Amino acid sequence: MNWIAIGTISDIPRRGARCVATPQGKIAVFRTADDEVFAIEDHCPHKGGPLSQGIVHGAAVTCPLHNWVISLETGNALGADEGAVRTIPVKREGERLFIALDALASRAA
Amino acid sequence: MTEKLVIIGNGMAPGRMLEHLLEQAGRYVVTIFNAEPRVNYDRIMLSPVLSGEKAYEEIIIHGDGWYIKHGITLYKGHKIVAIDRQAKTVTSDHGVTEPYDKLVIATGSVPFIISVPGHNLPGVLTYRDLDDVQAMMLAAQSRAKAVVIGGGLLGLEAAAGLNSQGMDVTVLHVMPTLMERQLDPAAGYLLQRAVEQRGIKVITKANTQAITGNGKVEQVELADGTVIPATLVVMAVGIRPNAALAKDAGIAVNRGIVVDAGMRSNDPDIFALGECAEVGGMVYGLVAPLYEMARVAARQLAGDETAAFVHMDTPTKLKVTGIDLFSLGDFADGDDRQEIVLRDASAGVYKRLVLRDDRIIGTVLYGETSDGAWFNDLKKKQTDISQMRDTLIFGQSYQGGAPLDPMAAVAALPDDAEICGCNGVCKGKITGAITGKGLTSLDDVRAHTKASASCGSCTGLVEKLMVLTLGDTYNPAAVQPMCSCTTFGHDEVRRLIKAKRLKTIPAVMQELEWKTSCGCAKCRPALNYYLVCDWPDEYADDYQSRFINERVHANIQKDGTYSVVPRMWGGVTNAAELRAIADVVDKFEIPMVKVTGGQRIDMLGIRKEDLPAVWADLGQAGFVSGHAYAKGLRTVKTCVGSDWCRFGTQDSTGLGIRIEKFMWGSWTPAKVKMAVSGCPRNCAEATCKDVGVICVDSGYEIHFAGAAGLDIKGTEVLGLVRTEDEALEHIVALTQMYREQGRYLERIYKWAKRIGIAEVKRQIMDDGEKRQAYYERFVFSQKFAQVDPWSERVSGKDKHEFRPMASVGFAEAAE
Repeated sequence: MNWIAIGTISDIPRRGARCVATPQGKIAVFRTADDEVFAIEDHCPHKGGPLSQGIVHGAAVTCPLHNWVISLETGNALGADEGAVRTIPVKREGERLFIALDALASRAA
Repeated sequence: MTEKLVIIGNGMAPGRMLEHLLEQAGRYVVTIFNAEPRVNYDRIMLSPVLSGEKAYEEIIIHGDGWYIKHGITLYKGHKIVAIDRQAKTVTSDHGVTEPYDKLVIATGSVPFIISVPGHNLPGVLTYRDLDDVQAMMLAAQSRAKAVVIGGGLLGLEAAAGLNSQGMDVTVLHVMPTLMERQLDPAAGYLLQRAVEQRGIKVITKANTQAITGNGKVEQVELADGTVIPATLVVMAVGIRPNAALAKDAGIAVNRGIVVDAGMRSNDPDIFALGECAEVGGMVYGLVAPLYEMARVAARQLAGDETAAFVHMDTPTKLKVTGIDLFSLGDFADGDDRQEIVLRDASAGVYKRLVLRDDRIIGTVLYGETSDGAWFNDLKKKQTDISQMRDTLIFGQSYQGGAPLDPMAAVAALPDDAEICGCNGVCKGKITGAITGKGLTSLDDVRAHTKASASCGSCTGLVEKLMVLTLGDTYNPAAVQPMCSCTTFGHDEVRRLIKAKRLKTIPAVMQELEWKTSCGCAKCRPALNYYLVCDWPDEYADDYQSRFINERVHANIQKDGTYSVVPRMWGGVTNAAELRAIADVVDKFEIPMVKVTGGQRIDMLGIRKEDLPAVWADLGQAGFVSGHAYAKGLRTVKTCVGSDWCRFGTQDSTGLGIRIEKFMWGSWTPAKVKMAVSGCPRNCAEATCKDVGVICVDSGYEIHFAGAAGLDIKGTEVLGLVRTEDEALEHIVALTQMYREQGRYLERIYKWAKRIGIAEVKRQIMDDGEKRQAYYERFVFSQKFAQVDPWSERVSGKDKHEFRPMASVGFAEAAE
């Protein structure tokens, strides 16, 4: 896997997210209350809302447009809604964060 | 043939006596003189009022309407100064003289004051009535130091209340352990530890020598030389019967007014009851025997001369949230006595039963008190406990084999087991009323039986009885929880945030036992608002718990871009402002510009990354955020008013601008939109707003609780005020009342419907003190709220919000 550095964990507020711009679109990188890091496509399966702008609770985010709740671990919509976003591999080495775009690129290609 | 019944005093005992008397035929025309300027309220609930867990309105027993309905004349604020037994009249300090056929003296008690030097300095209070509580709450606003003299029931409740109000409290107690009259030393020690864990200091064996200060309280000095700084001293060392008036009239007085078992004094036409009465050589201070006196007196007055008062032991409970304590009967050591003791130090549980001849004569429970009712029942019936002696201390659940669950324990109680100690209501009466009268709610049960209607500590038992009797048809969870993270409703959460002084979201979740680790998108914004509202100076706003619009101070659109609305005060603008907007639109290629319904200009389709630069340019032209995204004050719409319009009666534009400049930046439970119209033609459409003003010749008619969204509803009239200053004060106070009581996302019209339009009017229009207090709290909160969020962000605040973290994978990487 080709790991690309995107910054450090302190760049992201706890219970918050930042975006990473890629040729395939925006990726939302989340940091939970207990410092777990997840990356998913910044595109709600419902109407394409920017998930990076939602409220983060536990390991889930609520979309700011219509309140769908998306699991950060699986990318699946939780509750009664059905749909999923792609998850992106992310790894942490000390403070530094890396994502792997291979999967995204190959599928996009 | 009606007789004149005059009652001196309007406390809980005479109030209860009247309720009993009214059940009989209308033999009497009743007149009451109350030295306090108010109706009858539940005095034992003063501690929850002091701690902020209840409001005065919630502890009223008989409202004004009750007296009117029953044709009772109530003189509020009239102190009786003389009884003329020859002429059979009483006279008040305002000069009202009233003849009586029968007289009831219920003057209660007066707090005992230790006459140390300085006991009359300003800042020394007692703890007796609502005035005392209000004075303490006022003193507590200074967040300064308080000393409570007296470590008994009253003193500890006062200390806990002042502590809840944010004061640094020290309790001085002359005896070696707290509440020594109700608790043995072991329980007293546990209690002291629990009190100290709340941050209240306790000094036992403290002998107060003097209260000193220059013109007001500054410190308390003890006999051992200790000096404790204090700006407030509360004396709670005990009470004595208030019998002076009776004594002056030549009625027999010992410690209290001496009465026979029928509550009659040595003058056959004069009765006494309550804390001022001495019956069988005893005076009483707990509510249960006082209610018994009320019952006896009512029956005597109705002609039943057999009614008689019988002495009874009453359990003592401390009304401090989180401290469970129960004490009953006699628990001194003695040769003829045996005791059973259970201690669980880590759980903070202590139980002690004192036995004589295999019968319970005394009980002290600390930490775990659910078996109190059962022990009380065994003691009252003098049940021989020798058969269950080995397991007695473990409680009712451990008798007869397998432990009972709490519901089965209640089911197993006999019909004559006492459930409500304050009102002496037994199980059979409650279940009988539920089935006989078809009662389905707790309020109904309280209304019909009085069970759990006084101190409320038996509410859980009563609810269990309702479940047992009604089965699944009783749904106690009538309160809608805030969200699935908690069982508490919004109102309870708001109440507990204040009462427990919770000042962060993690503290709320920890103390209120949230079921999720960090809440959800429903509860977090609500909690964040409640904390911002309740602790404006102390709480650090948690932006991660705000909806994106409030986090980035713009409105998110369906494509992920944002719209921006600058303030146009009162909807008024000028060429320079319009030019600046035009320049911003050109520079950032803003695709859409639209006039809003709130008389301002919306720029739509701005990329998030551009927001700080857009705001910088708008800020150069003098614009600030319009909060078009906020659960807060949005717009104040105006018409052109008396400056231009030939019909205008007042300067509606000026008032609108003044309101908006005063109130912008304030957070509210849901959005607040206002309008000011200069005449009843109402061009600003003020009568469908959250708050509206219709100017008229004689002043300003204030409206509120309108809606023109999901629901359509005309406003209610709050009232007419004469000047612009008054209009502003009333509107601000109304908004603050809504800020403090509204549930998150509940618009004003829904809130007002829930608590009652009349109640809002009463507090804002009729109660000047309350209005002033609301106003001042709003002004205080604005000190921290009126910061333009746009200029903050132009200067770099939250800059991470507006930039991508990185750009990767592009042919020419940007970074």
